[in-house]
Amino acid sequence: MEPIITMRGVDKWYGQFHVLKQINLDVQAREKIVICGPSGSGKSTLIRCINRLEEHQRGQIIVDGVELTNDLKHIEQIRREVGMVFQHFNLFPHMTVIENLALAPIWVRKMPKAAAEERAMQMLKRVRIAEQAYKYPGQLSGGQQQRVAIARSLCMSPKIMLFDEPTSALDPEMIKEVLDVMIELAREGMTMLVVTHEMGFAKSVADRVIFMDEGQIVEQNAPHEFFGNPKSDRTKLFLSQILGH
Amino acid sequence: MAVSESATETVAAGPPPATTGFIGWMRRNLFSGIWNTLLTLVAAYLLFVIIPPVASWLFIDAVWSEAPPETCKAAHGACWAFIREKHRVIFFGRYPFFEHWRPLLGMGLLITMVMASCFRRFWRPWIALVWAGGLGAFFLVMWGGAIPISYRTAAIAAAAVALVIGLRQSNGGMRSLMLWLALLFAALILAGGAVIRVLDAVVKELFGVDDALAPLAGVWFEIPTGLSFVPTSLWGGLPLTLLLSILGIMVAFPLAILLALGRRSKLPLIRMFCVGYIELIRGVPLISLLFVGSFLLPLFLPRGVEIADLARAQVAIIGFSAAYLAEVIRGGLQAIPRGQYEAADALGLSYWQKMAKIVLPQAIVLVIPPIVNTFIGLFKDTSLVSIVSLTDLLLSTKDMAIGDVNWRAFYAEGYTFIALIYFVFCFFMSKYSQYLERQFETGRRKRR
Repeated sequence: MEPIITMRGVDKWYGQFHVLKQINLDVQAREKIVICGPSGSGKSTLIRCINRLEEHQRGQIIVDGVELTNDLKHIEQIRREVGMVFQHFNLFPHMTVIENLALAPIWVRKMPKAAAEERAMQMLKRVRIAEQAYKYPGQLSGGQQQRVAIARSLCMSPKIMLFDEPTSALDPEMIKEVLDVMIELAREGMTMLVVTHEMGFAKSVADRVIFMDEGQIVEQNAPHEFFGNPKSDRTKLFLSQILGH
Repeated sequence: MAVSESATETVAAGPPPATTGFIGWMRRNLFSGIWNTLLTLVAAYLLFVIIPPVASWLFIDAVWSEAPPETCKAAHGACWAFIREKHRVIFFGRYPFFEHWRPLLGMGLLITMVMASCFRRFWRPWIALVWAGGLGAFFLVMWGGAIPISYRTAAIAAAAVALVIGLRQSNGGMRSLMLWLALLFAALILAGGAVIRVLDAVVKELFGVDDALAPLAGVWFEIPTGLSFVPTSLWGGLPLTLLLSILGIMVAFPLAILLALGRRSKLPLIRMFCVGYIELIRGVPLISLLFVGSFLLPLFLPRGVEIADLARAQVAIIGFSAAYLAEVIRGGLQAIPRGQYEAADALGLSYWQKMAKIVLPQAIVLVIPPIVNTFIGLFKDTSLVSIVSLTDLLLSTKDMAIGDVNWRAFYAEGYTFIALIYFVFCFFMSKYSQYLERQFETGRRKRR
């Protein structure tokens, strides 16, 4: 089957700093991938290249049959199909929750307002937060805000969802409510790329775990193999550091 | 327990005397230390010295009733009889005396529209139509005479129709076609004469007919209004000041937004143009721009093209304020976190959608105080148009009222009076800015 995301020989630099080195990655539709690695290893940059929040300088990225180049049409086309959830939620503070959700369907998908708001309510119910629809983001807890952010992405009916450390800015007691929503989403067959340190989530949901270090994909494997039988020393060290206490 | 008993006792006894009430307030705020006590005493002394004479000049010894200048000269206080006598020329300048109802009506129209626009519930697209109609009515009643219908009027009408149709289209292609048409017609408003001349030359080249299209360039026909014609050079006083300020704010604001966005654009040409414009305009005083507009610009215009003094001053004010406002708005843009841009991008919003829906609404709310600051500055700066002989509120007072030989002695009263008028408008703007800030604050910024 044709992969939904293909990255071939992708290189990226920040000034002199070589942040992505020769990345090759194929993602199948409905696949769930967890990306982990020490900070500064380029894992966020990797997924941010997929919807062109970051520009790659060499190599090829093809998303859903469309190649990412400087062509603005292609970029907008891909962004419509790729949802993203950020570490700091990035909700729009000047709009109510429901306005946050209905905005892109109305303006990007050209949905009628009533239909967009109906869909927004459905998505809010799906993340179990419908009663907060008319509040402003600033009035919600972190966990609630992140669930709103997930619902906002879902309103665009994306084919792929990118999660950039979705739980690392949350207080511990709120992590579970967000992970539960993500697990549900995974069960429903969404294609997901998740940058996270939640290894429990990786074990229970991921089809594949990717370990990155210094801009390279060091190791990738199914979770039971990855955690049970890591091959490279760097992976072993990393796993011992985050699991070993 | 002993502790709780003593606590109860204190509560029952109430606070120690003289920490509440008027005396308590005085102690805390006026006499809380040696320096504060000293400052309080000095301030009290100064007030004692200043207030009584000012009050007696302004109110007690002032001449309030209608009176000739001689009575005023005999009195010790202010001569408000002067304002009574001259208020019409102060307000309306050189506008023909027996037609003063027209600027009064126009001024009422402007003030009513401004007041109505202050309410958030009227912030709907149709308010643009109200303004277009209101300003049309203002110019109609101020100019009077016959309304000339020319290519320019036709282009204005065509641009407006194309704009309205375009904005109501949901089909993207049709919409942009209509908006481009509107822009084309708008360009014709300014450059129509030149276009007709070029077409004329083409016709002559092809068919050998002289001036075939020349009649198009002139006035097609006229609609009489039944009012006498008053040229803009005779407009004056408060309506002129208000017109210059209101049009100045309304046009400079969107222009400033474009300049601010342009200055942050990724396209070098646009960025350089915006930076160049802003720095150039900010680098010169408004007076010099007014002079350039009044005396230099006419030298460069093609023959036959005339722009009224009023329009040239208006353009100078707009261009000047836009440069300042652009920097204020840029400050707001820079305060918006990158995550907001990224979230908008990730949802697939286009550049203009991202700016219009996400970035600008937040950025502008952040900079309401300095924006209003600039507006207040603009309002007062309109008084500089007097140097290019437009009779605004300041010049009408100076020339028309104080210029009267019989009343020459009472300049202080004249300037005090218009200072009060300026103050009322500026104070209103300042209060309205505080109201707006409160409006946008509620509910939104309550972060964790």
